[in-house]
Amino acid sequence: MSTNATADATGVDTPDGIQNAQAPTQPAGPLSTEGLVQLLTPGGERVHDERYDGLVAHLDADALRAMYRDMVLVRRFDNEATSLQRQGELALFAQSLGQEAAQIGSAYALSPLDHVFPSYREHGVAHVRGLELTDLLRLFRGVDHGGWDPADHGFHLYTLVIGSHTLHATGYAMGIQRDGAVGTGDPTRDAAVVTYFGDGATAQGDVSEALTFAAVNEAPIVFFCQNNQWAISESTTHQARVPIANRAPGVGIPAVRVDGNDVLATYAVTQEALQRAHSGGGPSFIEAFTYRMGAHTTSDDPSRYRSSEQEEYWRQRDPIDRLRLHLESIGELPADFVEKLDAEGEALGEHVRTTVRGMGRPSPASMFEHVYATPHSVVESERAWFQGYESSFLEHGHHGEGSHR
Amino acid sequence: MSTTTAAAPAAQAPVPAGTQKITFAKAINLGLRRALADDDKTLLMGEDIGKLGGVFRVTDGLQAEFGAKRVVDTPLAESGIVGTAIGLALRGYRPVCEIQFDGFVFPAFDQITTQLSKMHYRSRGRLTLPVVIRVPYGGGIGAIEHHSESPEALFAHTAGLRVVTPSSPAQAYAMIQEAVASPDPVMFFEPKGRYWEKGDVDLDAPAGNGLDGARIVRAGTDVTLVAYGPTVQTALKSAETAAAEGTSIEVIDLRALSPLDTATVAASVQRTGRCVVVHEAPVLYGTGAEVAARITEECFYHLQAPVLRVGGFHVPYPVAKIEHDYLPSVDRVLDAVDRSLAF
Repeated sequence: MSTNATADATGVDTPDGIQNAQAPTQPAGPLSTEGLVQLLTPGGERVHDERYDGLVAHLDADALRAMYRDMVLVRRFDNEATSLQRQGELALFAQSLGQEAAQIGSAYALSPLDHVFPSYREHGVAHVRGLELTDLLRLFRGVDHGGWDPADHGFHLYTLVIGSHTLHATGYAMGIQRDGAVGTGDPTRDAAVVTYFGDGATAQGDVSEALTFAAVNEAPIVFFCQNNQWAISESTTHQARVPIANRAPGVGIPAVRVDGNDVLATYAVTQEALQRAHSGGGPSFIEAFTYRMGAHTTSDDPSRYRSSEQEEYWRQRDPIDRLRLHLESIGELPADFVEKLDAEGEALGEHVRTTVRGMGRPSPASMFEHVYATPHSVVESERAWFQGYESSFLEHGHHGEGSHR
Repeated sequence: MSTTTAAAPAAQAPVPAGTQKITFAKAINLGLRRALADDDKTLLMGEDIGKLGGVFRVTDGLQAEFGAKRVVDTPLAESGIVGTAIGLALRGYRPVCEIQFDGFVFPAFDQITTQLSKMHYRSRGRLTLPVVIRVPYGGGIGAIEHHSESPEALFAHTAGLRVVTPSSPAQAYAMIQEAVASPDPVMFFEPKGRYWEKGDVDLDAPAGNGLDGARIVRAGTDVTLVAYGPTVQTALKSAETAAAEGTSIEVIDLRALSPLDTATVAASVQRTGRCVVVHEAPVLYGTGAEVAARITEECFYHLQAPVLRVGGFHVPYPVAKIEHDYLPSVDRVLDAVDRSLAF
């Protein structure tokens, strides 16, 4: 194990139906659950950890309830968006279902000055950063290739080419260094970058190059890999022979494996990595071991490649249930809070439905906008031709967007 | 870079001024120097561009003058160079990336075509990526494989990129500064076979002619010869030879492949009635095909002959010993001119 984490009390056993057979003399495989940092057991019991306890000590019941609320709301959003896709209101949707602890926990560790470079299912991170969740659906509705201003919340656009954005994140972190916004000790100045990607992305050359560039530059960046065990239909065993986190020490980046369904643990390890980045200590790599409870996207059919037993095993380890059980066990989940949260969920669902259905169709001519920042004669002439073509329908007494035939 | 022990920038050497006869490579060097001096957000990134000054010495002396944080020797990974340049641009920097040779741009092809070219569009104009990618291109230097190619059409085919190529030291000096100043990503193709040719450059000239627009580099009346980058000199020599034989060739330097300035070419063809396009890249699906299609569309009733193309064949770039049989030569250009006139 490359991890520098404590290895006691993982509380996570090897699920049936998951390839994890390793002879004792073999190195641990990529689905090994050995040595995951864990602060909450699947039953919601607080596990003490010398290294990380201090990093979560300030999280009182209010803070835990806030995390719980965000996890519940993001799941509600997730389910609502999935339904909207089934109703034909979205072209596609990629769920974050099951990864709420990895996303909410890590996002809570961010400072407002930090920047996030997500892949495309980091809805939980987006929510914590303050994005309007429905803006994420503009992409999936097919009315926008982006949908929000990255400057507003330090949350960059979703990237569909797997792993490409890890290089942008690294370059951005190199810019933070050049700005002198690292290692000053001033929390109102020091900034860092967190980039999110999956287990599949680690097979991409760009992720490897990002790790190299980050390492040699000692860039203030956290590589946050959500190993959700599935890259569409391919198990992590198709991407790696050893735990994903093992890749980082090879380029000189410290790595840690964390129970990704434990919101306290993902918060703690991200906090540690961000402290390292802010203070000028360079990059870190976090592998959050979790499970993609839903399909890859609404176009996917997991029943073709994984067992219902495996899905059930992980349903029993639901990250939201874990925090709920913990809050209940310490008597900090009062009924009025739960009722209010239910109502909030209902209101969010209604808001998502109404907003998505109200997203207008962009004008056809808008395709010519913002291709270049300065005028480009070819685009301008094609735009002019297109507008003439469109208006020719009107001249013939028809309405636009139609056909001559 | 916070712990990089970069040498302190040396005291600035006196800035050359006035009109000087310098090489193509030196012209780009001085243009980059001016861009670095004008804006401390400008960065150079690439392989071996620091102490070595680049394999063609285009960045010679710039790291000593501006420091290792601004003239950056990167890891040997082209996708990484362009990908991190995108991130730096998002943070407000203006990176100028050097790709060592044309044939090595392809590891960065994904970053250039799926990311760099589309970010402004995807963000509805909220993000701009002022990134320049310098690519020494073209053949004729006796190199081994992957060192002599002309991939410019692949990039001109991609919306969101500006694709330009200078043909003389004076053009190179002005255009590299324009490229750095552009808010759009620019593919800057440098004809490496011309790096050591000299020309007069007014080093005090303000860079203000823009990146777009073809220019007529020799006036003529019988045939319009369209070229860019390394073939502009070939076209001018062809015109000179033809003049001795009584044929008047008008030579146009396209300068930019994206946007393509068809208007200048069309105006010329409407006078001459004949058009030949010459480039080193293969003619199949190349710039010449695009020029021919547009000229045919816009000048159909003025044309006395079909638009002809002179360029590379549909073969991988051949071995150096026979590359001059592949590259468009004065003879092959004049052969096409003769065919056009005889039509």
